[in-house]
Amino acid sequence: MNSIIRRSFYPLYNNTFKLTRRLLADATINEKIDKIVKENKVVVFMKGVPDAPRCGFSNAVVQIMRMHAVPYESHDVLADENLRQGIKDYSNWPTIPQVFINGEFVGGCDIMLQMHQSGELVEELKKVGIKSALLTAEESKKEENK
Amino acid sequence: MSTAGLIANSIKTKLENALKTKHLEVINESYMHNVPQGAETHFKVVVVSDKFDGLALIKRHRLVNDILKEELQHGVHALSIVAKTPQQWEESDKVIESSPNCRGGFGK
Repeated sequence: MNSIIRRSFYPLYNNTFKLTRRLLADATINEKIDKIVKENKVVVFMKGVPDAPRCGFSNAVVQIMRMHAVPYESHDVLADENLRQGIKDYSNWPTIPQVFINGEFVGGCDIMLQMHQSGELVEELKKVGIKSALLTAEESKKEENK
Repeated sequence: MSTAGLIANSIKTKLENALKTKHLEVINESYMHNVPQGAETHFKVVVVSDKFDGLALIKRHRLVNDILKEELQHGVHALSIVAKTPQQWEESDKVIESSPNCRGGFGK
């Protein structure tokens, strides 16, 4: 009798336990990401680190940030499988890299590249109090021509 | 397109049907990456559709990502998107730059 009970209830108990644990993990990573993107003006989730990106798309975003001399916090998704999936779920965006400005998801590599080309990035950075190095360079050029 | 792979074809059909594309290119860029020959893991799509009219860039990308949800969940791991309205496409130089080179982040 005992074994019947165990056999019929244990899997149910075990599955519920596993599911709860997974949901808890999801909630934890979600909270963690939420905190990261809200506590920093600019955050980049990427493959590798800024000094050694491990994907061409991530590298492109790093180069753009460098050109504008943007201070940002970066997170390596290759170092944390939970984060790699968690960030995709958080922003409902299937690929890496991902850029957040002022807690808001802005886009991946393609969007950053286009925002850089159109000048929109300079404007977005201005909104959060970051002055792009490209803007500074442009201003000093104008000053010289005066 | 007879040499196109299964996934490339499915991407093409789905985008054509959902967005009534005026111009569509599905480029398999997997060969640029650290994956087996003939793999279908990295794609670039050039999508020109009236449905992008009035939509911000991020919404256009979300729309395309959503249409290709299944592919992105099963095997396709990089998707670069160029999304333009027919007018924007006509005004552009129509030259599509290839994606940045891989740095070996996958499988290494």
